[in-house]
Amino acid sequence: MSIAWFKYSSPATFYGLAGKLVPWFGWSAGILTLIGLYIAFFLAPTDFQQGEAYRVIFIHVPAAWMSMFIYMVMAFWSAIGLAWNTRLSFMMSRALAPTGALFAFLSLWTGAFWGKPMWGAWWVWDARLTSALILFFLYVGIMALWAAIDDRRRGDKAGALLILVGAINVPIIYFSVKWWNTLHQGASISMTKAPSMASLMLWGMLVMAIAAWFYSIAVALYRVRGIILERERQTEWVKKLLEARS
Amino acid sequence: MIWASWNEFVAMGGYGLYVWGSYGAVLVGVVLEIVLLRRGQSETLKRLKRMQTWEKQ
Repeated sequence: MSIAWFKYSSPATFYGLAGKLVPWFGWSAGILTLIGLYIAFFLAPTDFQQGEAYRVIFIHVPAAWMSMFIYMVMAFWSAIGLAWNTRLSFMMSRALAPTGALFAFLSLWTGAFWGKPMWGAWWVWDARLTSALILFFLYVGIMALWAAIDDRRRGDKAGALLILVGAINVPIIYFSVKWWNTLHQGASISMTKAPSMASLMLWGMLVMAIAAWFYSIAVALYRVRGIILERERQTEWVKKLLEARS
Repeated sequence: MIWASWNEFVAMGGYGLYVWGSYGAVLVGVVLEIVLLRRGQSETLKRLKRMQTWEKQ
């Protein structure tokens, strides 16, 4: 492997690289979403217990996965940033937060719209739902903290600490359906058992999940470009780049 | 094909409100994020450009 990782960890190089990657991930996400929706609505059979209401799964599960996964990626970048003080790490976690918050919100919203017809309630205070709500509040809290601290470096550090402390919530969400008696159904896919779903349902869900990944990557890379420009505006390369724009 | 008619597709076996209420929210969220992001980016570029012009004077 002769990829110059350090080269790409410089904001100037990464700005260009991210710009090239955004359309690829964006269009792949779009195409995968169309395929996923086709499977979800035209190929996947009606569920024998839940009727058509189960079709919410194709967005609910990917949204919930992404909300947890993005948080873990933010925790990863925060740890790297705190340990080595790398500029780009903090920028990455700032770029990911709004998308994570969106997916956390959508997982709650679609969950409510699935819970109402199946359980008869939009919301119940059970372990899975409550910990997922806490995840959403964490995202909002982190963004509020960044917004409240004017000093960028202090904001980065404080945010990273909050992200790392809050990371304990992610395994709690994941295992909540095992550890507590909850109304929420168990994991649709587990590492140890064969999936308990019809394979077309599973495929629809996986395609939508990959689409959500690509979407998140595209959006985060797009957002980090703005953050890079803002933070590097005193450097020569940003000055040149701005001058080149009329 | 699972659906006999367009109406049947929209009705979602009586769960139309819940299914479309979920997918609708996702659509709104994603479109909103993309629009805000693009607008934010062009505003950032304009603002930085303006700041640069000031600093030169």
